[in-house]
Amino acid sequence: MEVAIQTKDLGKRYGSFWALENCDISVPEGSVSALVGPNGAGKSTLLNLLIGLSNASAGESQVLGRVPHQREDFLADIGYLAQEIPLYKSFSTHDHITMGKSLNKRFDEEFIRKRLTDLSIPLDKRVGKLSGGQRAQVALALALAKKPKLLLLDEPVAALDPLARHDFLSSLAQAVADGGLTVVMSSHLLADLERVSDHVIVLASGKTQLCDDIERVLKQHKLLVGPRSNTKELGDGLRVIHETHTAKQSTLLVRVDGKTKVPAAWQKHEPNIEEIILAYMGQGKDLNEGSAK
Amino acid sequence: MIAFRLNTHSGVPPYLQIVQQVKQALQVGILQPGDQLPTVKEVVAHVAINPNTVAKAYRGLETAGIVEGRVGSGTFVKQRPAGPSPELQEALSEDLEGWIAKAREAGLDEESMEALVRATINKMQGER
Repeated sequence: MEVAIQTKDLGKRYGSFWALENCDISVPEGSVSALVGPNGAGKSTLLNLLIGLSNASAGESQVLGRVPHQREDFLADIGYLAQEIPLYKSFSTHDHITMGKSLNKRFDEEFIRKRLTDLSIPLDKRVGKLSGGQRAQVALALALAKKPKLLLLDEPVAALDPLARHDFLSSLAQAVADGGLTVVMSSHLLADLERVSDHVIVLASGKTQLCDDIERVLKQHKLLVGPRSNTKELGDGLRVIHETHTAKQSTLLVRVDGKTKVPAAWQKHEPNIEEIILAYMGQGKDLNEGSAK
Repeated sequence: MIAFRLNTHSGVPPYLQIVQQVKQALQVGILQPGDQLPTVKEVVAHVAINPNTVAKAYRGLETAGIVEGRVGSGTFVKQRPAGPSPELQEALSEDLEGWIAKAREAGLDEESMEALVRATINKMQGER
């Protein structure tokens, strides 16, 4: 499969603070990647680097086979929806379409009019008068109308109610179904992720904790429940990602490499993607605490 | 036409859930050979799910010989999946009824029964 995004040791430093460090990710073409991590993990920093809005302090990145740059030839293939849903509130949707048409070489006016009409969004109303869900749909439709090959979304559904969120994600999924589009979407809503994404990137403390195909991630991780014990006895090939202990019981989330046998004393469960992501996010926290000591 | 649902907390990969739902629909007769499955775009519009997931599920069903993709017109059911016939399923279900009655008499509620079945399957898998 072709790769849409590839970074190697990518880093961004603000003063003496590394907002992103040694970031290695690889995003296959046509995938929908969920970018998750605690606040301040470096998600927005990474997205900004990928579209050339800021310059890397270290490492390199290739986006659609090029080095990210704020130049028209690069940006023509990229759609970006920032966190605050940037629209002009006093302009109508129609005005935004006119603007999109004038500002982009490639802009599918027919597509966006049909899309928004199908969603019953009035084109002549001021954007400020639309509901939050409608505004998000307008912004997404504008980003899709330029027919990008890569669409980056920063927390697009955070402020939406559950129905608007479902409709937004459904619109996004339909656009991906039309083909030729790769999506990277940051979000805190883990429950939505397994549905719409097939790839996951977990950042914590400015570092990549996980970047892989979701299905492979699910296969590689097990939740082990057993008598309270020392995790060192588990043997080779099992990497403990997260562990909790009570007086009598230990619960471990482990990464299983290859055909490693899980010791028989342990009850084996299949964790869902949310549990796995949380475990990796917690890993970043542990690292932080370690370095603070 | 069938509609899919998705349980995001089951730990079962979404593509497998679709495969299972098609197989189940065939087993209970909701889907018949010749029926058309919803297009990938129809599915994602309805359940807001990754289209690659749906495509993968359909590919899996095609490899298993259960459905066939016809270029330009969609995905159609070819045959019932290999596995127990409706009659055999009925018989298995009757076996279960006896067990469930016994479990209920012993004071197990629905959740405990499900948990016990799950635990037993896990145990048997561990022994294999």
